[in-house]
Amino acid sequence: MAARVFLDAQDPWVNWDWLSTHIPYVWDAIQQHILLAMIALLGGLVISLPLGVAAQRSPLIRLPVIGALGAFYTIPSLALFAILVPFTGIATNTTAEIPLVGYNALILIRNIVVGLDAVPRDVLDAADGMGYRATARLLQIELPLAMPAIFAGLRVATVSTIGLITITAVIGLGGLGQLINQGLQESFHTPLVVATFLSIALALVADLLLAGGQWISLPWARHA
Amino acid sequence: MSILASVWAWFGDGAHWQGPDGVPTRLVEHVQLSAEAVVIGAVLALPVGIALGHYGRFGNLAINISNAGRAVPSFGILVIAFQVFGLGDLPIILALTALAIPPMVTNSYVALREVDPDVKDAARGMGYRELAQLLRVELPLAVPLIMAGIRTSAVQVVATATLAALIAGGGFGRYIIDGFAQLDYAKLIAGALLVAMLALVTELGLSGLERLLVPRGIRLLMAPKLRRATTFKVA
Repeated sequence: MAARVFLDAQDPWVNWDWLSTHIPYVWDAIQQHILLAMIALLGGLVISLPLGVAAQRSPLIRLPVIGALGAFYTIPSLALFAILVPFTGIATNTTAEIPLVGYNALILIRNIVVGLDAVPRDVLDAADGMGYRATARLLQIELPLAMPAIFAGLRVATVSTIGLITITAVIGLGGLGQLINQGLQESFHTPLVVATFLSIALALVADLLLAGGQWISLPWARHA
Repeated sequence: MSILASVWAWFGDGAHWQGPDGVPTRLVEHVQLSAEAVVIGAVLALPVGIALGHYGRFGNLAINISNAGRAVPSFGILVIAFQVFGLGDLPIILALTALAIPPMVTNSYVALREVDPDVKDAARGMGYRELAQLLRVELPLAVPLIMAGIRTSAVQVVATATLAALIAGGGFGRYIIDGFAQLDYAKLIAGALLVAMLALVTELGLSGLERLLVPRGIRLLMAPKLRRATTFKVA
């Protein structure tokens, strides 16, 4: 194909020799990827738990919070990274995490609201009748029953985040995105293909781990 | 000069509004690439999702295609398409189309599945043949969720098209990538604002179109809520 003339025809999709000598290099990228993902998810959880509960209690909070985060979620990550760089610096975790935490906060808040909304009225009445105070009812009755919905949101957020992190290669981070970028800059297939594959694998493994974590930690939700 | 003032000056400079690197040209490139990918994706995805939903088959496949699509790094797919097909619009459109398909399949599947079985029975009882029932009863009821799928895909395609600048494509991403390369913060932020605006306009514009397309009776029946069957973000 004419379009391929600028490529080295000898370059295989995966050069196993290169890979076998660059395992520590790939491992570093995986570690950065996991670290960036963990911060984005923990940050999203820390923000979304209080905001989600507040949003579910009051439409006055729900509408502006979900509206603002919904608009934020619509904005492409590359645009947010670009807007932040002059203020929070290039290749800093802050620049990478602000958009990712915001995206995760939207997904999680929406699922917390849905999960809490779905707690049956009868259950709340029974808890009130048994003398639960508001905080105890929230922590011991409502949140546990909302946990399956929250876990579902966490899984979506995790898988999305792991894919989006590759884009932070543009601002000098990237985790596995660095390898994709190297593949692009050097027209070298191996890091590109390996990193794309590993990014997908990482997302699927994280999803499975969360599914397993849910099964173990929420015995009352196992029927689903 | 503060950054905000320099961004303001960038937008005020007439030179940025004409020629091959002007805002109008970049806008047309961005919209054209995105629209082509969404249209091709819709032609491929909607019949599949609608058929699966109508017959109620392969539901796991229809739902999980979105889960799988979410795991695919858009940057990696773009660069792989570039390495296979080289310079030009073809690799960009192929990669964008691939990312556009999953949410449309899932949403149209769920849309058809959620049509009330009583309504389908009533249609059958009134003598509708299968095709007429699908076209005149099920599809009108499914329009809101099908459109939500198109909207979700379109916003993600517009976002991913920004990355096309990394593989020498056009569009607003050009300003962001060139702004990084030249350390020109005014251009960088101007590009980011243009991309953000375009994504928001896509979301709002398609929501408006959705309202126009939903039959009046259904609009009155259902609260106008902008619901999606799947959350999908890849760029």
